[in-house]
Amino acid sequence: MSLDNAAQMTDPREEALERAMARYQYSGDALIEVLHAAQQLYGYLSAPLLRKIARRLMLPPSRVLGVATFYHLFRFAPAQHHSAVVCLGTACYAAGGTDLMATLRRQDGDGGWTIEAGRCVGSCGLAPIVIYDGKPMSKVTRAQLEARIKETHDSGNTAPDAGR
Amino acid sequence: MSVRTLEVDGKMITALEGQTIFSAAWDSGIHIPRLCHLGGLSDVGACRLCLVEIEGQKRLQPSCMTKVAEDMVVRTNTPALRAHRRLIVELLLAERNHVCSVCVLNGACELQDLAAQLGVDHVRLRPQYPKLEVDLSHDRFGLDHNRCILCTRCVRVCDEVEGAHTWDVAGRGKNSRVITDLGEPWGESASCTSCGKCVQVCPTGALFSKGKTVADMRKDRGFLRYIVTAREKKLWIA
Repeated sequence: MSLDNAAQMTDPREEALERAMARYQYSGDALIEVLHAAQQLYGYLSAPLLRKIARRLMLPPSRVLGVATFYHLFRFAPAQHHSAVVCLGTACYAAGGTDLMATLRRQDGDGGWTIEAGRCVGSCGLAPIVIYDGKPMSKVTRAQLEARIKETHDSGNTAPDAGR
Repeated sequence: MSVRTLEVDGKMITALEGQTIFSAAWDSGIHIPRLCHLGGLSDVGACRLCLVEIEGQKRLQPSCMTKVAEDMVVRTNTPALRAHRRLIVELLLAERNHVCSVCVLNGACELQDLAAQLGVDHVRLRPQYPKLEVDLSHDRFGLDHNRCILCTRCVRVCDEVEGAHTWDVAGRGKNSRVITDLGEPWGESASCTSCGKCVQVCPTGALFSKGKTVADMRKDRGFLRYIVTAREKKLWIA
C-alpha cells in the first residue's frame, strides 16, 4: 500500500476530532467541548477514544472519565436502534415517571434500546413525558406505553431511530 | 505576615492572615471534626463536618474553607452543630456498608471514632446497603467501595503529593465511585506507582493493605507531614 493510499485510509472522524482539539489549542480546560465533539463524531465515547483525548489534552485518564461520567449527555456505549428518554424531573417523577422507566426496561429484553432518564423537558403540565424515538408522548400511562412498544415490535423493529 | 486575633469557643486565639478557621483552631487545641480535610492536602469543603457558626452570619460556614478575620467570633461546638454533625455521620453510615465488626480498620477508623465521639449509637435512617465491588487486583492493596465515603483524600494525595493523578471520582450522586485511570481494575492501572499514599490517607477501611485481617490495619499519617514539610520548607522532620 502506498503512502498516498494510507493517507486516504485515515478515518475522517479522527481528523475532525484533531481539528476540534486544535481549535482549543489542546487545552485541558476545553475537555467538555472536546468530549462533545468526540461524541458527535463517533456517536459515543469508547475507552480508546477517552484515552486518546486524555493523551492529546495532557490530562490524567481518571479526570477525563470522571468529567465525562458526571454528565448524563455523554454515552459510553453505541446508541441502540430505538431510543426512549423518560423525564424524571419533579413533575414527571411524581406523575409516575419511574414506573414508565421500569416498564421500558422490562420490555427491553433484547437490548435494542437506548433508555435514558431526562431532567425536565419544560412541559410539566403534560407530565409524565416520554420522548419515544425522538417524538414526545405526553400524559403517558403504562398501558399507552406498552401499546406503543408492541406497535414498534410488530412493525419489525426496523423503524429509523431518533435521527442519531 | 500579619497576625489576626479572633475568638473561638470563648477563647481568644491568634492566627496568621490567610489561615483558615479550622487550622487556627487546631493550632490552639480546638479540634473541629472533619473527614475530608487532611493537613498537607488542599481543601475541598466536601464533608461539611467542620461547619461552624460565625457571629453576624446567618449561614454556617465550613471552617476548612473560611479564612480568619480580625475580631471574628466563632462557635465550633453548639448543640445545633452537634446535631448537624450527627446527621451527617448517620447519612454516611446509611449510604454504604459500614459494618465495623468485619472491617480491617475497626478501632482505628476516623468515621467510627467520629460516630463514637458524637454519640451515634444507632442510625435513624434506612441503610441503603448497595452491593458494591471490592477490587483486589492490585498486588499490595485493596479497595472496598462499600466502605468509601468519597472524601477524595486519595484523589488529592495522588494528584498533589505523588503527582500521578491515578484516582478520580466518576459518576454522580449515589452512583459516584472512586476510579483508577479509565475505570479499569486498580492492578491494571498504568499510572499507579504503587506508592500507597492513598491507602494511608483514607479515613476508613475503603483502601487497605492486603493481608490484614479484622481490626488489623493501622494507618500512618505522619508520612504526609514529613513529605510536605520536606517539599515546602526543605526540612526533613524526624
